[in-house]
Amino acid sequence: MKLIAAMSGGVDSAVAAARAVDAGHEVTGVHLALSANPAKYRSGARGCCTIEDSHDARRAADVIGIPFYIWDMAEEFHDGVVEDFLSEYAAGRTPNPCLRCNEKIKFAAVLDRARAMGFDGVVTGHYARTQMSDLGKTLHRALDHLKDQSYVLSVLTVDQISGAIFPLGDTTKVDIRAEARARGLALAQKPDSHDICFVPSGDNAGWLRERLGSDVGPILDQNGVKIGEHKGAYTYTIGQRKGLGLTIPTPDGSPRFVLKIEPVTNTVVVGARKDLAITTMRGERAIWCGPSVDEKSRTGFVQIRAHGTALPCRYFFENNLLVAILEAPLLGLATGQAMVIYDGDRVVGSATICETQ
Amino acid sequence: MTSIYLDHAATTPMVESALRAMTEQANALGNPSSLHSHGRSTRKSLEDARERLAKELGCLPSEVIFTASGTEANNIALKGLYWAAGESGKKVVVISSIEHHAILDPANWLASHEQAEIILLPVNPNGVIDLEFLSDLVATRGREIAVISIMHANNETGVIQPIGEVVRIAGQIPVHTDAVQSFKKTPLSFSHLGVTAMTISAHKIGGPLGIGALILKRTVEIPSLLHGGGQEREIRSGTMNAPGIIGFTTAALATYNVDEVRALRDRFISSIQEMIPEARINGLAASRLPGIVNVTFPGTQSETLLLLMDEQNISCSTGSACSAGVHEASHVLLAMGHSQTTAQSSLRFSFGATSTAQECDLVMSVLPDVIARGRAANIR
Repeated sequence: MKLIAAMSGGVDSAVAAARAVDAGHEVTGVHLALSANPAKYRSGARGCCTIEDSHDARRAADVIGIPFYIWDMAEEFHDGVVEDFLSEYAAGRTPNPCLRCNEKIKFAAVLDRARAMGFDGVVTGHYARTQMSDLGKTLHRALDHLKDQSYVLSVLTVDQISGAIFPLGDTTKVDIRAEARARGLALAQKPDSHDICFVPSGDNAGWLRERLGSDVGPILDQNGVKIGEHKGAYTYTIGQRKGLGLTIPTPDGSPRFVLKIEPVTNTVVVGARKDLAITTMRGERAIWCGPSVDEKSRTGFVQIRAHGTALPCRYFFENNLLVAILEAPLLGLATGQAMVIYDGDRVVGSATICETQ
Repeated sequence: MTSIYLDHAATTPMVESALRAMTEQANALGNPSSLHSHGRSTRKSLEDARERLAKELGCLPSEVIFTASGTEANNIALKGLYWAAGESGKKVVVISSIEHHAILDPANWLASHEQAEIILLPVNPNGVIDLEFLSDLVATRGREIAVISIMHANNETGVIQPIGEVVRIAGQIPVHTDAVQSFKKTPLSFSHLGVTAMTISAHKIGGPLGIGALILKRTVEIPSLLHGGGQEREIRSGTMNAPGIIGFTTAALATYNVDEVRALRDRFISSIQEMIPEARINGLAASRLPGIVNVTFPGTQSETLLLLMDEQNISCSTGSACSAGVHEASHVLLAMGHSQTTAQSSLRFSFGATSTAQECDLVMSVLPDVIARGRAANIR
């Protein structure tokens, strides 16, 4: 097949591209320029998006022996990912930008352009697997569950999955580094990226404050009594305990947690740990990674964080919402996050959490 | 698959004789500045080369200052002439809006570090500088102008500029011209042009990389950028690159068949006009270098076209600069009146001494399909 390998300049995408070449594919490397004003050098745990990273990607492509191009996707990234991140926070939700980037950029803008140019698909260094079965080509967890990235890929439609190639799904990160070394790729020792790539300082709250302003607002207890002030509701997340700056203790001395964020009134509501507990979540904008889910209740797992635990649940699709009912209560769930449904290690689909109870 | 190289304006294959002469000199021992027999021998060969190059360029041997690149020569000329004039308080630097970055960037540096005022000369839709604008400027602010630098021919479009006219309008104001693309491609004589300074580079004419020259009138004194042994007229220091200089001169004296290259280019243009009628040849109505064709393909993106051409093993370019690896809209095309969109839908094809009619036809056998796919992929 003729494939585009998305190369961030990191070790994973470089080895993925090399493996695609070994598998006999005709591969062209592409680095996505996602910032209109990229920084010159890497800092901290950022793993992509600097000029240094694009040089690393180019060098890897040269070592592998494939053509290399840089595609300017800064506008698409800004509109589809950065703006979405800001507006979600402004609405009191906690978005996952990596998921949005996969949905809008890597497997939409890039895959669409690649296909129009005569390519068959896009190779990335994500830790996930695809499988062919009666259900068609389906998305699965990586064998290395610690590194598994199927969560952030759960926004891919069946058509997008059909054009996605993940050569790293059966390997551990340690082995990938060793393989990169053996292949003579100088980026073998490059650190993993953790932070949000477009927040160079790693200070998300500060970054948000700069863009959304920092209107002081009340922190209320569950009875509506003001017990403190916050510096911008969007810098809090549901379930957060630290950094609330409250000086009035609870009667029994137990800690308080963020229960609710109300962006319209700029209010943060706090309460006891037990009040965080939820058993039902509903999600909008459902995407199916295989056969679609209907109103029939099925058992499976739901995961609500990129590297969170898979929680046993019943799930079904009702009134245009994906519903998951947990076997055991869960503490602290922010709306805006993705709920991803698994059937064993197969990704069934995902939705953006809009309601919990 | 045969690979086709249509990027001769970026760099072009070394002329066989130049490669031989250079290799031979690289095997000879001796620093040309040394007084012993080894040094004298190298010096003899080097100065022979300088004399031959001077003759070819219509200048005196002492007016040839060898540098390590065209960029270096441009920097020496623009900064040097500015500093020299600065003693009398002149702060205005006039350049065209279509200069290469090797002039644009030193000019901007002079503005940010040396209090220069930069005035950009506009161009008409065919990419030729506005002489009336220059006349008015010289008439009103001539006494403030430290230096005028206008390229001899543009690297992206090949459009030749009326440097003789510029010199006439400039009067006593020093004029520099970046003739990197012009040398050997169109008649070029330093003395006939009457400029104060002129830049040329070896690797654009079949000489080696890493050697260029600034031709500077013998009576003009300018401060230097590189201080040291003072080898080149006390203006440029550094051990003289004898193999490079000899390779450069040999290439300069080799035959370059302008008519053949021009015929190829015209054949290519006719094919494009016939097969891709909506394509627009930039600067078509102007006098141009024989080897460069700049084409706008509406509805496409240059970066996509480059990838698709590369896939066919065809090397061409946009001719414009990259910013962080991302193709910027060409400032040259923008100056000619293009929009951001059309400027980013353009490719430069440049022919050279080794180009053939067969290559030209092979490119045309795939280009219409590449443009069609490029258009389909432009789904922004």
